[in-house]
Amino acid sequence: MSRFFNVARGVAWRSIHNTLVNPAILVPSIVFPLFFLIAFAGGLSRISDVPNFHYPPGYTSFQFVFVFLQSAAFGGVFTGFAVARDFDSGFARRLMLSAPRRSGIIAGYALGALMRWALTGTVVTIAAVIAGMNVYGSPAQLIGLLGLGIAMNAVAVLWACGVAMFLRTEQAGALIQMPVFILLFLAPVYVPITLLEGWIHDVARLNPVTAVLEAGRGLLAGSPVKVALAFSGLLVAGLIMGTFARLGLASAEKAG
Amino acid sequence: MAVDVATGAASIRAPRPTASLLEQTLAVGRRSVVRTSRQRALLIFPMVFPLILFAINGSALSAATKIPKFPTDNYRDFLIAMPFIQGAMFVSITAGVDLARDIESGFMNRLAMTPLRGEALLVGQLGGALVLGVIQSIVYLLVGLATGVTLVSGVGGALVLLILSVLISFGFASLGGLLALRFGTGEAVQGIFPLLFVTLFLSSSSLPRNLIKADWFREVATYNPVSYLLESIRSLVITGWDAQALILGFGFATVLLVVSLAFSQAAMRSRLARR
Amino acid sequence: MSTQPAIEIEQLVREFKKGPRAVDGIDLAVSPGEIYGFLGPNGAGKSTTVLMLTTLLPPTSGRASVGGYDIVRQGAQVRATIGAALQEAALDAILTGREHLMLQGTLQGLPSGERKRRTDALLQRVGLTEAADRRVGGYSGGMKRRLDLALALVHSPRILFLDEPTTGLDPQSRSALWEEVARLARDEGMTVFLTTQYLEEADVLADRIGIIDHGHIVAEGTPARLKAEIGRPTVEVTPTEPESGARLAELLSGFGEMRHNGNGSVTVQLPGGEAELAEIVRILDRAGLHVQTLQLHQPSLDDVFLAKTGRKLEGAGDAESAAAPAEGGGRGRRRRGR
Repeated sequence: MSRFFNVARGVAWRSIHNTLVNPAILVPSIVFPLFFLIAFAGGLSRISDVPNFHYPPGYTSFQFVFVFLQSAAFGGVFTGFAVARDFDSGFARRLMLSAPRRSGIIAGYALGALMRWALTGTVVTIAAVIAGMNVYGSPAQLIGLLGLGIAMNAVAVLWACGVAMFLRTEQAGALIQMPVFILLFLAPVYVPITLLEGWIHDVARLNPVTAVLEAGRGLLAGSPVKVALAFSGLLVAGLIMGTFARLGLASAEKAG
Repeated sequence: MAVDVATGAASIRAPRPTASLLEQTLAVGRRSVVRTSRQRALLIFPMVFPLILFAINGSALSAATKIPKFPTDNYRDFLIAMPFIQGAMFVSITAGVDLARDIESGFMNRLAMTPLRGEALLVGQLGGALVLGVIQSIVYLLVGLATGVTLVSGVGGALVLLILSVLISFGFASLGGLLALRFGTGEAVQGIFPLLFVTLFLSSSSLPRNLIKADWFREVATYNPVSYLLESIRSLVITGWDAQALILGFGFATVLLVVSLAFSQAAMRSRLARR
Repeated sequence: MSTQPAIEIEQLVREFKKGPRAVDGIDLAVSPGEIYGFLGPNGAGKSTTVLMLTTLLPPTSGRASVGGYDIVRQGAQVRATIGAALQEAALDAILTGREHLMLQGTLQGLPSGERKRRTDALLQRVGLTEAADRRVGGYSGGMKRRLDLALALVHSPRILFLDEPTTGLDPQSRSALWEEVARLARDEGMTVFLTTQYLEEADVLADRIGIIDHGHIVAEGTPARLKAEIGRPTVEVTPTEPESGARLAELLSGFGEMRHNGNGSVTVQLPGGEAELAEIVRILDRAGLHVQTLQLHQPSLDDVFLAKTGRKLEGAGDAESAAAPAEGGGRGRRRRGR
């Protein structure tokens, strides 16, 4: 077990170190979520004037939850890019040669992704508070929101690792990113699901991200809804993506 | 070949006449178009991604039409301008990355050693991006019409819309070319893309400027030239023939094109350093 | 008809910002139809010189003319006169070989019919006819180099610049390229300015060699003269019977300095050059002395470089062993006929 943790720690350290010393990686991962917060909460705030738009904390808080969870998901995605780059550069082979417990490599990447998101999530939260976000949830409920973010980040990084390890090339970037992006945006991003019409309403109803988003908004508003459903869904997704990532690792091991 | 029979030495001949500017531009342009057509990912992704966003946001934000004084009942009529601008921005990156690749690989040096004129190289290199822009514009318009968008300005308006869109694409392609010539690497060009993306969202892309609640956002959108590009296209769909909107749209697109090409010329001269 | 130098350089200098002078005042002249080998280690200034002569890099000071045209004031005329295959093959992976040649032909101003004829002829000349319609991204390194050479020849230039043309090629591809370069000079009277870090390449191909180091030309001349400046060839003779060693030494005492190698073998210098080898064979034959081995050793360009700079040429050892596998070890080398 200690070998597993040693490997995980080593990989995580490298992931975090490379992010912190490389502005080209660090800056976009912070700036993009901030930008989305500004564009959505700032540019679309009039949406709250739509009849039957009901979210007591206000539109900034409404959008904050989406941006918070989106940044968690994309934190995982960006780590997947780094994994793909490692395969392209040959560094992944070095990791596989050196690591006595290779599953620790995936854990290390996941840990690295979580640490990176901790930074991003903090910055986004501070920005939202400065922008006047209202928080009606209790500390326990806010911890619940944080838990949703952590789980989202984990699911995304396992997905991204799996794809990167199966394809083992930087060209995998688009395939890693697009499904996550589309899944996020096929949820009630701009308005509550009750105000969605047409095909998008039907899709959003079936989209598991909707439950996570609604749970998060409920926790921030102090009126939790679908929390158990959201966490269950994320747990199932995590198990599936964990298996997927492990299979990806096996595929990479076989390829040499 | 002229050889001195006595000494066996070859003499040096005067150079042959060179191709005309048009021939050179077409030759480089042809290569650019061939390259673009052979890179499927370059064709498909920039065309499809804006349409995906159009489909999603067109539905997800349809409730916005219920905001008092929203200019149309169909949010897609409002949103259709977005893919044209987004597509043009992708064209910009395509053009820039292609040119940067030529610089990095040394292919530009190869071209520089021919009698090829700088203007022909510059305009020709953008040929592929321009063709991409034309195809995209047609596709976006057709998809828009197929999903219920109605052009109040009619067939004439559709033609003007296509011309405007192609002009905007050419302007952005020139910008991409300028970035490539200035920075010389594909990474640098791609690094600028997020900034373009930001200018698109800090505009009247999702709501009319007069309905943007946050004062600072509305100010930014008012000073953002991208707002006028969007509004000129949108005016042909929602309003009909709005001379002011069209003048501003064509004006900004032309300024973007002219300024980018002018700076590109200077950057090209400095990069080639030919005498 | 003009018989001015095809390439003429006077005190050419190229300085980079915050760096040493890459080219530090070189002078040279290349006659029309000559193959001039520009030999030197990595970083000596070879490629920088080529970039200046092909007008891709302006010189800091000095002057040079190519084809009778000044490289600074008459760049367009220079470019019309020359062809160049630079260090990077600089090809477009997405275009086919044929498309490359057609594009080059268009840009060089060839009329449509001539463009097609020239494309077909060059493809055949460099052995790429079968691969002509395949994308260059799928070509091997040798094929890319051959295409690069073909592109440089599209407009039938009088002067050809080749910047390390065989770097990274296998011996077969290298030999093929050498043959083509030699043919261009011999049959078409083309002037070739060839930069290389491979001694064998310079030795085999070049009529004259300029050796550059740290931006200066440290030696210039024909390969034979440069080597002769350093020393004379030697011949190592090993008798079949070691006891014949004394007799052997006596027979060869009329030549130059002698060294006894043990086991009856001697190495003797040939003051009159390798032509004296025939005389040695006659003497040994008349005396009826049987020899086991008789090996001629020439001073190499590496010896020249060492004498002039105090160091061996980088990569020279690798280049020689790669280029001369059939000749066994050491410096023994048969000179290729030209």
